[in-house]
Amino acid sequence: MNFEIPRIPLGSWIESGLNFLTTEFSGVTRAISRTTQAGINLLNDGLMWLPEWALLGLIVLLCWRLSGHRLAIGAALGLALIWNLGLWNPMIQTLTLVVIATLVAVVIALPLGILAAVSDRFYRVIMPVLDFMQTMPAFVYLIPAIPFFGIGSVSGIFATVIFAMPPAIRFTTLGIRQVPTELVEAADAFGSTRTQKLVKVQLPLSLPTLMGGINQTIMLSLSMVVIAAMIGANGLGSEVWRAIQRLRPGDGFEAGLAVVIMAMLLDRLTQSFRGRKRAK
Amino acid sequence: MTNAQQAKIQVRNLSKVFGSDTKKALQLRDQGLNRSQILEQTGQTLGLSNIDFDVHEGELLVIMGLSGSGKSTLIRCLNRLIEPTEGDIIIDGENIPQLSEKALLQCRRKHFSMVFQNFALFPHRTVRMNAEYGLEIRGIPKEERAKKAADALKQVGLEGWEDSYPNQLSGGMQQRVGLARALANDSSVLLMDEAFSALDPLIRRDMQQELIELQHRMQKTTIFITHDLDEALNIGDRIILLRDGEVVQIGTPEEILTSPADDYVARFTQGVDRSRVVTARRAMRPVRATARIEDGPRTVLRKMVESSLDSIYVIDRERKLLGVVDAERADEAAKAGSDSIRELIDDDYPCVGPDESLSRLYSMFTKRHCPIAVVDEEQRLLGVVVKGAVLEQLATAGEA
Repeated sequence: MNFEIPRIPLGSWIESGLNFLTTEFSGVTRAISRTTQAGINLLNDGLMWLPEWALLGLIVLLCWRLSGHRLAIGAALGLALIWNLGLWNPMIQTLTLVVIATLVAVVIALPLGILAAVSDRFYRVIMPVLDFMQTMPAFVYLIPAIPFFGIGSVSGIFATVIFAMPPAIRFTTLGIRQVPTELVEAADAFGSTRTQKLVKVQLPLSLPTLMGGINQTIMLSLSMVVIAAMIGANGLGSEVWRAIQRLRPGDGFEAGLAVVIMAMLLDRLTQSFRGRKRAK
Repeated sequence: MTNAQQAKIQVRNLSKVFGSDTKKALQLRDQGLNRSQILEQTGQTLGLSNIDFDVHEGELLVIMGLSGSGKSTLIRCLNRLIEPTEGDIIIDGENIPQLSEKALLQCRRKHFSMVFQNFALFPHRTVRMNAEYGLEIRGIPKEERAKKAADALKQVGLEGWEDSYPNQLSGGMQQRVGLARALANDSSVLLMDEAFSALDPLIRRDMQQELIELQHRMQKTTIFITHDLDEALNIGDRIILLRDGEVVQIGTPEEILTSPADDYVARFTQGVDRSRVVTARRAMRPVRATARIEDGPRTVLRKMVESSLDSIYVIDRERKLLGVVDAERADEAAKAGSDSIRELIDDDYPCVGPDESLSRLYSMFTKRHCPIAVVDEEQRLLGVVVKGAVLEQLATAGEA
């Protein structure tokens, strides 16, 4: 028996699809690229404009107000270490990317999550898509980002948004669906419109879950903007990348430690925010 | 007595099938198949079948049935939280199942407020904001809704708790908030879905009593769902008994108890504490003899001897009850040569209205030996209840 099953040219189909998109929508992608870059610059310059000690003080104050003295002390020590290691500017760049990627991800995720909560059909369509997005190796997103947005931070944000958005969508949907049916019935029984029901009952009640989703998105963003250094996103990731290329484990470890400190601060901060909402 | 009252809601031929091929299920129903046969053949559940009843203006109507009898489905069909499959629900000339989405919204706002079994309070809103919810979504100005909410909270006795959150309140108080939320809305019908079932028995009794008083005060048309017959008998002006999605009997509590429509109802009512429900009117006997205020002691004594009584009730010309005279004192007065009984009249006698429950009556016998007088609102003597009659009533009702 000798017959050959021809190889399915899946890869080349995807490439031609992407080519089509890049050429046909180059106007759109360029516009997105420009606005995002402007946003990055604005936030980055703003944070850089502040002297290190002032920003450090602000963050410590924020930690103290939202969480307590323990997180405040931790933040002071951690940030002081980063400053001391000379990683302050890369940290600010990373922070900027995380903030912008999270913002974009949440702005897209909220309406999608709400839609998936109210429409069973949309729910059935989007859930496998989210599974796909989350299980596809994160590096893969870096490749199409380049033809769309070129090498640099905007590509990094694009890949990060795709990678970090699913939990925000999932948690929004989950939060709304978890609202007890009796409460939804109560809202209906008094004659609420769909929007009133959503704004006055479903969204406020799903807020703790929703914050959990945002927390996840921030964490994933942070891990992804580091990886995005491979396509030219600057920040702590590029410090690690450089250390790899020059085989300097010490430098790599220092930058990695800075990422860990950032992750812990961001996580505790958003969680304390979540806890406050619930306590109320 | 209720027939003369105006119907607020008319429910006609209401049916509900849970499933996708509702027509088939209704066809089988019309061929005479019962609920479980329909489920077996089509996989569809016949939730409600051909329900017919009226709700009268201002009455407290109880819909009572065991779990699975369709009572929750029925109450939810009224405001279309569940879509009825066929039938009419007419309120103030509008047929609810045929309303457009927009008209339904207006109908819910105007006519229905609902109180839920597990309270269904909004945990992120204060007590005041919960009470204001119905008004808020209707776009009522802030001052007006604050005033109405405050009024409603006052009605249910929750003044001073306005700024608390629901989770800071006990179960009974939470359900008061639920009630206030419904009352503030000022809708024409109050729907109460097992509203007291989640409360512990003592608080439940209190709430029932308060509901009766509130309902009496406000004359609000109320539909109350319960699985508890005692509760139904205690608060209902009329009761609708539901079984397997069909109406078994409609009647006053007394009618349900004393003439059950079939074995099912009779079995149902067996466990009930009848003494609370059967009233003085039923156990009452005509008075064998009464004294008139003009009578002298000798006349009164003779009347007592003839009817073999120890004491006798004294009435005036309008049959108004004045008091009781006992044989010993009449005898003394007669020997002393008095010719009037006026100063012999004792006004400390047991006296009840015709709607008093037998359990009350029973406890009154321990105090005195004379029979209990039953009087109407103008204090006219209707009859008397003797101990034996109470026991007899309890006994015969038990056999029914």
